[in-house]
Amino acid sequence: MDGPQPSQSKGEAAISMQGLTKRFGEMTAVDHIDLEINRGELFGLLGANGAGKSTIIKMLTTMLMPTEGEARVWGHDVTRERNAVRSSIGVVFQDPAVDGMLTGRENLDFHGRMYGMDGPLRQERIDEVLELVDLAEKADIKMEDYSGGMQRRLEIARGLMHYPHVLFLDEPTLGLDAQTRRHIWQYLRNMNKDKGVTIILTTHYMEEADALCDRVAIIDNGKIVALDTPSNLKDMIGSDTVSLEVQSGAEALMSCLRSFPWVNSIVIVNGTIELMVDHAQSRIPEIMQEANKCGAVITSVGLHKPTLEDVFLKYTGRKIRETGGASGLMGTMMMHRRRK
Amino acid sequence: MRQDLNAIYSIWLREMLRFFRLKSRVFGSIASPFFFLAFMGIGFGGGTTMSGIPSGVGYVSFLTPGIIGMTLLFSATFAGLSVIWDREFGFLKEIMVAPVSRIAIVLGRTAGGLTTGILQALIILVAGIFMGMKMPSIDGFLLSLVFMVLVAATFIGIGLAFSSKMKDMSGFSLIMNFLIFPLFFLSGALFPLERFPGLIRDLAYLNPLTYGVDGLRYSLIGTSALSPVVDLAVLAICCAAMLFLGAYLFENTEVK
Repeated sequence: MDGPQPSQSKGEAAISMQGLTKRFGEMTAVDHIDLEINRGELFGLLGANGAGKSTIIKMLTTMLMPTEGEARVWGHDVTRERNAVRSSIGVVFQDPAVDGMLTGRENLDFHGRMYGMDGPLRQERIDEVLELVDLAEKADIKMEDYSGGMQRRLEIARGLMHYPHVLFLDEPTLGLDAQTRRHIWQYLRNMNKDKGVTIILTTHYMEEADALCDRVAIIDNGKIVALDTPSNLKDMIGSDTVSLEVQSGAEALMSCLRSFPWVNSIVIVNGTIELMVDHAQSRIPEIMQEANKCGAVITSVGLHKPTLEDVFLKYTGRKIRETGGASGLMGTMMMHRRRK
Repeated sequence: MRQDLNAIYSIWLREMLRFFRLKSRVFGSIASPFFFLAFMGIGFGGGTTMSGIPSGVGYVSFLTPGIIGMTLLFSATFAGLSVIWDREFGFLKEIMVAPVSRIAIVLGRTAGGLTTGILQALIILVAGIFMGMKMPSIDGFLLSLVFMVLVAATFIGIGLAFSSKMKDMSGFSLIMNFLIFPLFFLSGALFPLERFPGLIRDLAYLNPLTYGVDGLRYSLIGTSALSPVVDLAVLAICCAAMLFLGAYLFENTEVK
């Protein structure tokens, strides 16, 4: 398992939160979060829109003041040592944060100056990060003429340009096509593994959290409801599910299968038999033989392995897509509006 | 400290890039003061005399410093308010998350607004001279620059204060109609304050622009209603107060 590595030995956490809370009037957006994120970790905050992920990021990046509780980023307190925090981090915000009237290169140049880089260093880093996100050829085009994906990549490049210890990304692939998303995942993995940048990202895409993150915290209503590696989280859900659609003999088949010790549970839902089984792929042949023996006719077999979606469903009682899908579309529309 | 100077410079540089890249903005912002200058100057200029303007001072000479004040009022307030655009388009977050002091951000904005405002004011000055305003002396010109800086900085501060409290541009026309235009008309930019009835004249003396226009008149055409020392003192106080207020409110904004 590719968990967090050697950097842990440095002792101090990259980020620590104790009782971190943010209230907007009556509404509690973030509710007493306690969490430590290790140095060198690629950490995911997973939750539906409005769960409080972005608010956590905004407090950690000094954009919002906590109502209660404390947080430290790379050893610096987010309310008392704001500039020290700012020097340690790079941020890629959820909504575009570029000046569309300037070119990509000029946006990066502005960034470099704000982070105190001198001319030659800026030049070097700009070329380096443009190369990294494949935008070298588009560098001198005004950013209002960039596509959403290009804009996003430039923002990631910018977030990395000053070699931050910790990189925050708020929904880095929201509204992007599958290919661009995979590209961005690759950049982030490289940054994390090769350069040792600690990365914290928020997402409501399960695949993203699963594919990228060393550890995932599932956030619901401003609280952490689950925290572990993606594979441990999935193991908690337990067995695989085998679904059998049966033309006839369902009852007989069920009573036959029930006698096997490796069948954890068996139910019938809307005419489909659902078996909870460990290592389901190796059990399917046995199930088919058993069906033959007791004269049941199976018309289709389905196999479902636990996903983070199931973990999410278990802990929050909802599917993430019920909210995520609609707001994903909204996000895309917002980006269109902004680009005008 | 050095890092803050860097930040002031980079914010100023960005304002310059944006200003010169948007040709329509340059022309748009200079057009309305230019039309005021041209049409008021032609309409009231020539042979007519206006009570309150010292004899021997033509209306165009009287008007030009007023229109310079107008130019500074509009461009400086907009420069301060442009933070709202940055908020709307997200760029404010990029600025706010940078490891620089908030006062450097305010000063960078102010420097940008000052530069563009004074550039526009100088264009109006040249236009006024073409229309028949007497050439100012070198000393007078240099003194007028001081007044220009103070006027511009005052209204940048006011713009910043408003932009820290406004979430989007929806309040813009309110500010335009109930703040900027009244300040303009109540400044004596177009005609002498003594033509106003007493109560309105008192109101005009609560307006920082009144002192700016008066000081500009003193430095550019050598005539003023108040002592230039009073003008300078009042403006300097307003300028410091407004910049402080703008910086204070800006410092405490959260970026949602």
